[in-house]
Amino acid sequence: MAKATFRIWRGERGRGAFCEYDTEVAPGMVVLDAVHQIQAEQAGDLAVRWNCKAGRCGSCSAEINGMPKLMCMTRLNALALDRPVTIEPMKAFPHVKDLVTDLAWNYAVKRRIPPFQPRKPDAPDGTWRIAQADVDRVQEFRKCIECYLCQDVCHVLREHHLHEQFMGPRFLVYTAALEMHPLDVDDRLAPLKKEFGVGLCNITKCCTKVCPESIAITDNAIIPLKERVVDRFFDPLTKLFRIFGHSET
Amino acid sequence: MSEYIPHEHDVLVIGAGGAGLRAAVEASAAGVKVAVITKSLLGKAHTVMAEGGVAAALGNVDDRDNWRVHFADTMRGGQYVNNWRMAELHAREAPARVRELEAWGALFDRTGDGRILQRNFGGHRYPRLAHVGDRTGLEMIRTLQDHGIHLGLDVFMEHTILRLLKDGDRIAGAFGYDRERGRFHLFRAKAVVLATGGIGRAYKITSNSWEYTGDGHALAYHAGASLMDMEFVQFHPTGMIWPPSVRGILVTEGVRGEGGVLRNRLGERFLFHDIPPLYVNQTAASEEEGWRYTQGDKNAKRPPELLTRDHVARCIRREVREGRGSPHGGVFLDIAWIKEKLPNAAEHIRKKLPSMYHQFKQLADIDITAEPMEVGPTTHYMMGGVRVDADSQMSDVPGLFAAGECAAGLHGANRLGGNSLSDLLVFGQRAGEYAARFARECPLPGVDAREVEAAERRALAPFGRSSSENPYSVQHRSQEVMQELVGIVRTEREMVEALERLRELHAAAERAGVDGNREYNNGWHTALDLDNLLAVSEMVARAALERKESRGAHFREDYPSKDEQCGKWNLVVRKGAGGEMEFTRVPIPPLRDELAAILREMQ
Repeated sequence: MAKATFRIWRGERGRGAFCEYDTEVAPGMVVLDAVHQIQAEQAGDLAVRWNCKAGRCGSCSAEINGMPKLMCMTRLNALALDRPVTIEPMKAFPHVKDLVTDLAWNYAVKRRIPPFQPRKPDAPDGTWRIAQADVDRVQEFRKCIECYLCQDVCHVLREHHLHEQFMGPRFLVYTAALEMHPLDVDDRLAPLKKEFGVGLCNITKCCTKVCPESIAITDNAIIPLKERVVDRFFDPLTKLFRIFGHSET
Repeated sequence: MSEYIPHEHDVLVIGAGGAGLRAAVEASAAGVKVAVITKSLLGKAHTVMAEGGVAAALGNVDDRDNWRVHFADTMRGGQYVNNWRMAELHAREAPARVRELEAWGALFDRTGDGRILQRNFGGHRYPRLAHVGDRTGLEMIRTLQDHGIHLGLDVFMEHTILRLLKDGDRIAGAFGYDRERGRFHLFRAKAVVLATGGIGRAYKITSNSWEYTGDGHALAYHAGASLMDMEFVQFHPTGMIWPPSVRGILVTEGVRGEGGVLRNRLGERFLFHDIPPLYVNQTAASEEEGWRYTQGDKNAKRPPELLTRDHVARCIRREVREGRGSPHGGVFLDIAWIKEKLPNAAEHIRKKLPSMYHQFKQLADIDITAEPMEVGPTTHYMMGGVRVDADSQMSDVPGLFAAGECAAGLHGANRLGGNSLSDLLVFGQRAGEYAARFARECPLPGVDAREVEAAERRALAPFGRSSSENPYSVQHRSQEVMQELVGIVRTEREMVEALERLRELHAAAERAGVDGNREYNNGWHTALDLDNLLAVSEMVARAALERKESRGAHFREDYPSKDEQCGKWNLVVRKGAGGEMEFTRVPIPPLRDELAAILREMQ
């Protein structure tokens, strides 16, 4: 059986170095299989986060040869095995150990987003009537598995560290899902503009490229939100109307 | 010793899948202080992998459906050893629990008139599964998670419980560690809800995530609670089998619900050759009739591909054993063939089964709209678990509740697809409600410091035994034993051998050592999981040995038929005075007249 070399980042809280491991590879293997094999045979205390190993839970995010990916969905035959495969933790979040990062910030951001608020039920039995066409758009956003690869690759977070001012692509998608939810009656445009910093995104589409669920993050979520914010707060006509006391659109 | 971080709550929920989150939401709404403990991050629990849908007799697609039909289907699927009161509550309450999710933001697929769409599934007489494509579990867990985070729950992510604590007979809390730092935590609580899911990781080939190490089962057992039905392990008929690294990953029953068919190497629809007597009246007479059923023809009967999972899994195994399998030792599951019937079939498949399309394309280089998949059985679900009161979900330890997969009763000898997601909603809600009520009525119990110290010493022991036994290797060996010797088809000789090998592995686990420190040390975590894995493995093997008949998911080669006498009891296990596993046959109480009449009527 063939062998391949894996350069895995080992260390704690930001300090560390690459360690090289040789391990046997078999047809169909994914990167997470190799990491597990190394863990079981050579490095018992290697820290890696994973759950389903089927691309559903979004736990095993890492940077493979510099590309943000799910380890469980990255086949070895898609990588050049004649040189070492590099595996590193995500960079936009505080490092914990080896391949594991601290994702608490993401959970804190989500809690700050005003929650779903449905309109009154349509039918006397307390249910709603919704057309499939109105569901489709939001269902795309609700495919998100919260792997946070989009957050990892977003330069506003990764390079500029604006975690306090910007919610990141994942939560723009989440907010878009709420704003476009056929039943939701709340309005999140003011916080989107202010504390969630939708304006900081300059549409480089890096997030869309890495999404393992192929959500059109930029085109379908972020740009429509930006447009809504612009229409509300920056459109000169709307501004004029507001000055003269007319109700907002 | 004994350096730990203390916490105090009214209700402690262990597990943050659907059942745990639903219980936490309910308890929190009742106004008590609630903690949720989860081994992984919030929103990653195994519920996220549920695909096909949630069963509830909404009657949106076929108005002949109602709770009575759902009740009868569940009992038939469970081969009548279910806790019938749970089956009744489940069928009656599932519709309200599903509608409630919609009020919390879930977006199910719709019917033409804008209501929740329902699909066909194995063992359900009418289209009953509310769904979101093939990612229903994700929709459910995200809805519960996003609703729950605004309710003031204390969520402890990546924390693992090692032991339940008691004050006399009643529950007093739990002791565990956090994965990130390896610090110990003492959770004092008035009531504890176990919602830890199943035991799939006891087997080598499984659709379950790493967390499924039978924690709740083992914790309850060691706390003195009774467990039940441990012989009933469901093997889902269709898991991926090729390439080897994806072996076991689930292929949803939804594929068959949408018209997918199973064929052997000779191209035969082999399930037509073997239809069990209980289902003869409900099964299509021809391939054509089966197809019409999947397309919503109310006068057609369902194709045999939608028979119960236990039966389909055994038929697949037989085809393979008798040399009619696919190249990699499974059978063919073909959805691509519907292009003969439907225009735009490829697009239809991608729309209805997006995750399946993606999964096969990415992991196996197979385009399911153009070619058949290769599939075979995979360990999927544990029917057995903590024995609970049907209404309150309390175990026989006061203050200890269980809901979802780690509780027993609803599914009897075999679970119907879609009944797990409804199970965790209905009984998660009930466990939360009754745990909160229990907590409100009693003071905070005391904790025995010696019990805590003993648990801590045991947890740290692997660090003192560097490089003796590799915990990963013990885990793999134990998974092989269960896979080989206590799998789909069982026999006394093999199970006796399994128990012998498990005994050796237990000794090996006592020698398992780990390197490194306590910070996010997967080797240490694996070593600590071994106790639970081995305990549930032994319980399954012993229970399976004890039930000398074949029923539902439990099939004995040496007792291949159903024995009417054995249908009158459930097998209950608890920890004996000397620490041994004590089994008793507990008679099933006679059905209430009203329910008995339903079963007669729906035969």
